Amino acid sequence: MHSLILRTGTRLLLALMVLFSLFILWRGHNEPGGGFIGGLIAAVAYSLVALSFGVAEMRRMLPADPKTILGAGLALAIVSGLFAVVGQGGLLADPYMASRWYISYTETGEKGFAIGTPVLFDIGVYLVVIGGILAMVRGLMEEL
Amino acid sequence: MSWLVAAPILVPLSTAALCALAWRSIPAQRGISLAGAVALLLCAIGLLAQVAGGVQVMQMGGWKAPFGITLVADTLTAIMVLVTAIMAVAVAAYSLGDIDPVRERNGFHPVFHALLVGVGGAFVTGDLFNMYVWFEAMLISSFVLLALGGTKEQLDGAIKYAALNLIATAALLLAVVLLYGLTGTLNMAELARLVPQVQNQGTVTTVAVLFIIAFGMKAAVFPLFFWLPASYHTPAVAVQAIFAGLLTKVGVYALLRTFTLIFVGDTGWTHGGILLWIAGFTLVAGALGSLATKDLRKALSWQVVAHIGYMVMGLALYTPLAIAGVVFYLVHDIVVKTNLFLGAGVARRLSGSSRYEGMGGLFRSAPILALVMFVPLGSLAGFPPLSGFWSKLVLVQAGLAAQSWWIVAAALVTALLTMMLAGRIWAEVVWKAHPAGDLAGLGGFSPGRRVALVAPLVALSLVTVTIGVWPEPVMDLAGRAALGLLDPAPYIEAVLGAPAPQPTMVGELPVTPAAPGQGGAP
Repeated sequence: MHSLILRTGTRLLLALMVLFSLFILWRGHNEPGGGFIGGLIAAVAYSLVALSFGVAEMRRMLPADPKTILGAGLALAIVSGLFAVVGQGGLLADPYMASRWYISYTETGEKGFAIGTPVLFDIGVYLVVIGGILAMVRGLMEEL
Repeated sequence: MSWLVAAPILVPLSTAALCALAWRSIPAQRGISLAGAVALLLCAIGLLAQVAGGVQVMQMGGWKAPFGITLVADTLTAIMVLVTAIMAVAVAAYSLGDIDPVRERNGFHPVFHALLVGVGGAFVTGDLFNMYVWFEAMLISSFVLLALGGTKEQLDGAIKYAALNLIATAALLLAVVLLYGLTGTLNMAELARLVPQVQNQGTVTTVAVLFIIAFGMKAAVFPLFFWLPASYHTPAVAVQAIFAGLLTKVGVYALLRTFTLIFVGDTGWTHGGILLWIAGFTLVAGALGSLATKDLRKALSWQVVAHIGYMVMGLALYTPLAIAGVVFYLVHDIVVKTNLFLGAGVARRLSGSSRYEGMGGLFRSAPILALVMFVPLGSLAGFPPLSGFWSKLVLVQAGLAAQSWWIVAAALVTALLTMMLAGRIWAEVVWKAHPAGDLAGLGGFSPGRRVALVAPLVALSLVTVTIGVWPEPVMDLAGRAALGLLDPAPYIEAVLGAPAPQPTMVGELPVTPAAPGQGGAP
């Protein structure tokens, strides 16, 4: 589609939408949001590129093939649960998906920054959604 | 707790992820697919060994039941996972020689393992909502596998399959929601404790019937089976085989699980009434349908329906012997059906058609293959000493003991009709001369393809013969599984822990005894 407005708008929006999707992904750690919705937003951003500049341009902008992104996300989600293999109780003592946390404490002993394996799972979901949707978009648009 | 409980989900999921990562390299995908199936088989053997020591439970992420996601494996689960894994290896090997490059490039291998994720998840889940989700996962993968290849016939079948299965899924979700409304939980062990305490048992029976409709549609029982003969003969042979072997049996497993654990309040109506009638009609309708068609693949699809009837019959009789018979039948039927569809695929490859008039000459061109094919065919018909004989014997015996004469009659008539079909297939496909003269035989395949196509047939036939001449270990296992189903106390205790906390019904306040000395209201 050759629409000057859409192309210009997409140039402006792409970065914003991807950043917003990352924000939503991060926010989902403790508040509404998360990998699925964030992934959808990012997928919409790239779909806009596909609509205005064509599928080839979308593929050029992506770091990898959508299917590879999907596979990587799936693998990351699986791996995020495997951190539970090692734990205080010993090998395989905790169930799959038991979360592991890194928590930093301030000098006064209060909790500071905390990050754990669930966020890895969420990033995996994020990638699976992007990969899955863009693979579909690509398949549909290449047939048109 | 054992990590092997999660293996039926994790192993195929990892395999699917690795296959997707290796999207560009078909040889790598083939290797990963086969290795993943073998890994699943090893885990399944380990799981079966572990459940001998009791029900294995894993609370995912450490969130305790009934609030978290619970995975449970008892003897029945372990048996089903093991049979699934054997089929996975057989079909993964067969697909190496059967699936064409176009289907491989479009992702046959990752989707095949995604299907196994759904099947494995449905077997190990301890939660009804999760079972619904695994059914969905299975369904989505099966849509892809069914439509992969994109011929007109396939899309026609896929649309019927998708439409009818979505109705079943909606019915299942509705049933799940209603049950949640009644009890406030969907953890199956918790449900087993709470459902008998629901005031309005009539509503429970209504929900139970809704579950029969939903799972029955998935299992392809009368009168909800029409999607199966309309679609199963269309996709690639490897896909047909895994569908025929596993998908409907997951529906049977779900019926078996819910109607021994949860809905046992009104067995006279749900089991002895509805399920028994369904079983009788399914048996006869499937057998007649298989005789009415002149296409080998369609006849076998109808046979899938007919033999679901035997399993539902066992569940409907609801005695320890009958339930053990169902478990035995599940094992026998999964192996035989997968084997038959794989064999039909090879026969079609050799003769160039799957209609009777275009087939024949197998005995002359590939006598060994014909003999190997006789095993599942004879077992299907129930020739002693093959596995089909023992499984039917147990069910008929259970029927006689329960004095359900007419269901026994239906089972025996169906066995007779199946024998007719086996005779017809043997005459039309194996003995009759091929209309086009002599066939090339297996020598026409490249050596690698020959091994990939024939080795699974031989292996599965060996399994059938082994179960046939040495049925005792399998029957023993089936008996253990049946005991576990009919006495769910250890299952419930394993999931919820003992002693079980006092249940709280929705809409009621927990009754706490007033502490002494504090009196009533101030």
